[in-house]
Amino acid sequence: MTLHLAVALDAAGWHPAAWRESSPAVFSAGYWAALVAEAERGLLDFVTIEDALGPQSTLPDGFDDRTDQVRGRFDAVLLAARLAPLTTRIGLVPTATTTHTEPFHVAIGIATLDHVSGGRAGWRAQVSPRAAEARHFGRKEFPPLDQILNRPGGVDLSTDPHVRDLFAEAADAVEVARRLWDSWGDDAEIRDVATGRFIDRDKLHYIDFAGRFFSVKGPSITPRPPQGQPVVTALAHARLPYEFAAGGADVVYVTPHSAEQARAIVEEVRGLSGDVKIFADLLVFLGEDAARRKARLDELDGTELVSDAAIFTGTAGELADVLLEWRRAGIQGFRLRPGALPYDLTQIAQGLTAELRGRGAFRHAYEAATLRGLLGLPRPVSRFAEVS
Amino acid sequence: MGRTARAGPMTRKQVHLAAHFPGVNNTTVWADPRSGSQIDFASFVDLARTAERGKFDFFFLAEGLRLRELKGRIHDLDVVGRPEALTVLSALAAVTDRLGLGGTVNATFNEPYELARRLSTLDHLSEGRAAWNVVTTSDAFTGENFRRGGFLDRADRYKRAAEFLRLARELWDSWQPDAIAADPETGTFVRPGGIGTVEHSGEHFTVQGRFTLPRSPQGRPVIIQAGDSGEGREFAAAHADVIFTPHGRLEDGQRFYADVKRRLGKYGREPHQLKIMPGVTFALGDTEEEAAENAAVIRRQQVGPQTAIAFLEQVWGRDMSAYDPEGSLPDVEPDLSEGVSQGRVPIKDRAATAAKWRALAEEKGLTIRELVIEVTGRQTFIGTPETVARLIDEHVQADAADGFILVPHLTPGGLDEFADRVVPLLQERGAFRADYTGTTLRDHLELA
Repeated sequence: MTLHLAVALDAAGWHPAAWRESSPAVFSAGYWAALVAEAERGLLDFVTIEDALGPQSTLPDGFDDRTDQVRGRFDAVLLAARLAPLTTRIGLVPTATTTHTEPFHVAIGIATLDHVSGGRAGWRAQVSPRAAEARHFGRKEFPPLDQILNRPGGVDLSTDPHVRDLFAEAADAVEVARRLWDSWGDDAEIRDVATGRFIDRDKLHYIDFAGRFFSVKGPSITPRPPQGQPVVTALAHARLPYEFAAGGADVVYVTPHSAEQARAIVEEVRGLSGDVKIFADLLVFLGEDAARRKARLDELDGTELVSDAAIFTGTAGELADVLLEWRRAGIQGFRLRPGALPYDLTQIAQGLTAELRGRGAFRHAYEAATLRGLLGLPRPVSRFAEVS
Repeated sequence: MGRTARAGPMTRKQVHLAAHFPGVNNTTVWADPRSGSQIDFASFVDLARTAERGKFDFFFLAEGLRLRELKGRIHDLDVVGRPEALTVLSALAAVTDRLGLGGTVNATFNEPYELARRLSTLDHLSEGRAAWNVVTTSDAFTGENFRRGGFLDRADRYKRAAEFLRLARELWDSWQPDAIAADPETGTFVRPGGIGTVEHSGEHFTVQGRFTLPRSPQGRPVIIQAGDSGEGREFAAAHADVIFTPHGRLEDGQRFYADVKRRLGKYGREPHQLKIMPGVTFALGDTEEEAAENAAVIRRQQVGPQTAIAFLEQVWGRDMSAYDPEGSLPDVEPDLSEGVSQGRVPIKDRAATAAKWRALAEEKGLTIRELVIEVTGRQTFIGTPETVARLIDEHVQADAADGFILVPHLTPGGLDEFADRVVPLLQERGAFRADYTGTTLRDHLELA
């Protein structure tokens, strides 16, 4: 059975000093096109593209004024669309926020990505908790995140009312997007010359969503995308985001640091949903000299790399051992965050996939044309479709 | 061939051409057997590549954020269903090299930080080919699809748009042109002070922070404005690089042209800094008679029997479905209490319009369908390729326009004949580029 493999693309890689060894043109389309082509050559399921509505920072909230790290990012949905015509099989999963972006805009943007890619779109739905980003919109007053993090009693954000609201709003945003994707019947366009009707209006549906944070009438302006509903994904570290992912997402990325933790997280998530695909995130440096490469970058950055996900250094063979062990704990796929691009991506797309194939754990060819197909997810029937 | 009238290519005023993608509107003929999908990406690629083959300045997408309704139900007669404009344009950037990519995006239902960022992204990803057609709406009907729902007074629309643009420019300009050092030797990615802070506090927006992208290849995307009111003209004179107008006829165009170019001085701008581009339709034929015949056929396809009744209902404000579209106009008076159409540009003064239509129908003895064909947009340019090339050139040389945004009636092949037969004649007249001379849309529009 094939393991699912995705890579998370961001800047020059997940080590903040990675750019200093490869010096990539991160603000050119060509750089991204080469990365996604490499991932597709490796037959990976999909790539994700990181994003946020504010510059990167080492601070939990606000700008750090560092000049030695990459600052700046493209809008991820547009970048994914730019890459779509250059690829044919790999899934494209951009990040878009549920906090500031209008749900209607996200829904039609991701649906459009699905149309231009022929059914390979996903969405990483992400809350934007930072006050600094909220000030870019000026509509909502957010408490500074570091105040929430430094509150007595530790960093479990699940009880914070601000954070709870952000996730409640995110759940509504995903629900609205799914309803909008369903709001056109698959066969709504009829082009009936006799009656002069281009569409059958009985197959277009008002979604009439009314929630605590916003209401949306519908229907979408964009016809139902090829996958019916593009694949919704979410990163989750704790109970509250697990609940959000279990309720709204098709794929959840979790961050265990051992097989034992993986087993516990799988059990907790499975208690909430039997369907959601569980991927584990791992930040990886690969090759014989992986540890030395990471140490060199740590030195350049002036501090040891920290991450929410476990950090792996070792050979592709050693990583394959870890992935297969975690799979036995119930993890169905992995979203690998390359430490440095393009080097670690190449190691994943060529070395790791070869290693897994040798163990009968990875595909030899793309077996489906859509991202849902690759992930073994069925094409959803529209909630508005009449049962015949 | 008209060669005697031809001035040297160095001196002749150059025609600018843009291609409107014929998606949602009431002019796209979907019943024609050659009509393809308005959604499949292949249709967009086809039309964009035709426009690029024809050396057009840019490709243009319209927008509408809610499906149109008639009599409280979704209007089902016209082509409907469109993708998100900037997402499609970004994908098109991958399959074109020089063609400008312009999209209509509403400034009422977007936030400046986010939209400025998306437009900057498109400009980066297309290497300097992005354009934004700024529109606003005062429409609570569209607002029902959005978080903030509400609408604006007409008077506030351009104020909000102007503030939106000012703020977008602050964001686009907030990174120093040389902010990115990316020097691995010194370990400097961003030059100290390279990323500026934006502090904006205005009537409509309060934004404080930092932008997420370096200056884009064009510095700022090309700004297009569509709108004909006094406020719209003033807004264009102050802010726009291109104005998209309905004035395709010679004398009408000349009046508009003179008026708008005159307004530029007030804002310290030169006449060449705002290109006036009416949206026009066309019908071609090998002879004048064939072109006229083709034009008539297209008009009958655009106004089918049910469409004729639907148009009547927009003006009369009542159900007219019982009347025969091939029969004469009924005596019934318009119901002016409430409009029946939503999501369209409202028809001004429906009582006067109805009276005018009735008089016209009586005078010419027109059926309902003939009347609607008569009163709703006629083709601007009809004739042989030679005639159409000459007319376009004449309009531009006579300062009725700087160029045209062509609105074909077929998706996606509606521009093929124009690109293959009219463009070479414009080139022969020395009025249109033989090839792109620059790489950015600003280069094509001679705005730099």
